[in-house]
Amino acid sequence: MSIDKDTAAKVANLARISIPDKELKNVAKELSNIIGFMEQLNEVNVDNVDPMTSVTPTMLKKRTDIVNDGNQQSEVLSNAPDTREGFFAVPKVVE
Amino acid sequence: MSELKALTISQAREGLRKKEFTSLEITKDCLESISGSDKLNAFSTVTAEKAIEQAEESDKRILKGDAPSLCGIPLGVKDLFCTKGVKTQAASKILQNFEPEYESTVTQNLWNDGAVMLGKLNMDEFAMGSSNETSVYGPAINPWRAHNSETPLTPGGSSGGSAAAVAADLCLAAIGTDTGGSIRQPAAFTGTVGIKPTYGRVSRWGVVAFASSLDQAGPMTKSVQDASILLQTMASHDLKDSTSSDESIPNFEAALDNNIKGKKIGLPREYRMEGMSDEIDKIWSQGAEMLKDAGAIVVDINLPHTKYALPVYYVLAPAEASSNLARYDGVRYGFRAISKSGEGIQEMYSRTRFEGFGKEVQRRVMIGTYVLSAGFYDAYYRKAQRVRTLIKQDFDNVFSDGVDAILTPATPSEAFSIGEMADKNPIEMYLNDIFTVTVNLAGLPGIAIPAGLSKNGLPLGLQLIGRPWEEGNLLNTAFVLENALQFSAKPKKWW
Repeated sequence: MSIDKDTAAKVANLARISIPDKELKNVAKELSNIIGFMEQLNEVNVDNVDPMTSVTPTMLKKRTDIVNDGNQQSEVLSNAPDTREGFFAVPKVVE
Repeated sequence: MSELKALTISQAREGLRKKEFTSLEITKDCLESISGSDKLNAFSTVTAEKAIEQAEESDKRILKGDAPSLCGIPLGVKDLFCTKGVKTQAASKILQNFEPEYESTVTQNLWNDGAVMLGKLNMDEFAMGSSNETSVYGPAINPWRAHNSETPLTPGGSSGGSAAAVAADLCLAAIGTDTGGSIRQPAAFTGTVGIKPTYGRVSRWGVVAFASSLDQAGPMTKSVQDASILLQTMASHDLKDSTSSDESIPNFEAALDNNIKGKKIGLPREYRMEGMSDEIDKIWSQGAEMLKDAGAIVVDINLPHTKYALPVYYVLAPAEASSNLARYDGVRYGFRAISKSGEGIQEMYSRTRFEGFGKEVQRRVMIGTYVLSAGFYDAYYRKAQRVRTLIKQDFDNVFSDGVDAILTPATPSEAFSIGEMADKNPIEMYLNDIFTVTVNLAGLPGIAIPAGLSKNGLPLGLQLIGRPWEEGNLLNTAFVLENALQFSAKPKKWW
């Protein structure tokens, strides 16, 4: 399947990457090329084959549902590009 | 002793215990060689003060006796591991000046055993690449050069800085990570040893995530024995990583008895690629002969789904990456694009990610987004997960037929030059992982060791693949091969 410019724009938007319009054609071409490479998988018969979700079949371990960490506000915020009064600060969300 | 930095871990351990030199002396020797190695661009951050401090502490520990194997050994750490208070950027602009408030489990294990941190090592951005050229720091350069040539070569990737630093004796050993070959391919390109352990052997906690079902950290060293020593400390069962295994951890160094009599070694027919160079073919046959001479039984085997490994990988790894890298939004850490007036939060996200991620990372995030998007999920992602099951079954079948280890070339070629792949299709670069990527998909341990020099005078590597959780046997087979190969070449210093 080949990816056209509109599909590339849609994917870029879903991925939240603001690819400039003039680059979209080239991006579409590159993505098509890679997707084309993946088409080989269509040759493989996977009837009755389970999809692998874990290389070593194990149950994920459980622990008691209690708080075991926290109270680290300053550490959590220490790398943020912008903070105010103990919160992450971002551009206006609601008009 | 003038060449302390050239020691292996095992040699340094012995000398330290015999009080022939101190950790401080080895550490200073390494720091000096690092400061004269700008042309290699192997280190992204040097932590000289921390190194001196740790070396002094470790010297005290050694004096008291009872010091662990790694005590006082100066190491380099790939920029993918979170190190508390030390810049950790995964070689990406989007993590500009990120200083973690916590330490990864693997590096904490190293410092607990008294290892000394020299600094952080260059790599491909978010470990996505096979040549170290996608790094925001610029490419690391291979200390090896071809005969009569000054052309800069790649040390491979993504753990390119780690491999270059070990090969150039800037450190005694380093740690790297491997998602599709990122430890083994650079090891092969630089004449060093690199092992990717069984998935789950080493904790992923605090390691910047690329593709979580494939990522595994491992040692990059000057010898197989060193790999066993370093792996011992890196491996642990960690409650903070739900995929970290509670399988018992054997003594890897004790497994090196140099005896593989009666062991069955498989040579996969499918790895004999069309157009593979005679040189690679020759070292592969030579390796097989050596194992046979050591008493192993060498047999041909089939891994019929090998040709689908790369397409499976390039669906699954980008899919996982697109999900893992969703966290880089310019809010919690790292780089944020400067907003233009009137722009809201969506524009901030999108421009931050456009300006903060390099081209290859953007490409992979978009591929991942595409294969996971509505309407394509079953055709690509689900399909690839199914074929991954078949790839693992190929290995299961071979191991249940009694094969103990599999011998293959590590890479399809010797190190190529910086820039050589720039004008080519990205898939050309992806082909570098052709011999290594199956191992990640099947979660197996794999080791690359130097096997000889090409006619251009560049290192070529062999790979051994082992049964899950049997790194001990795998390391021992590699140890036998290492002893037979007697590879001792070093790059001639030009930097």
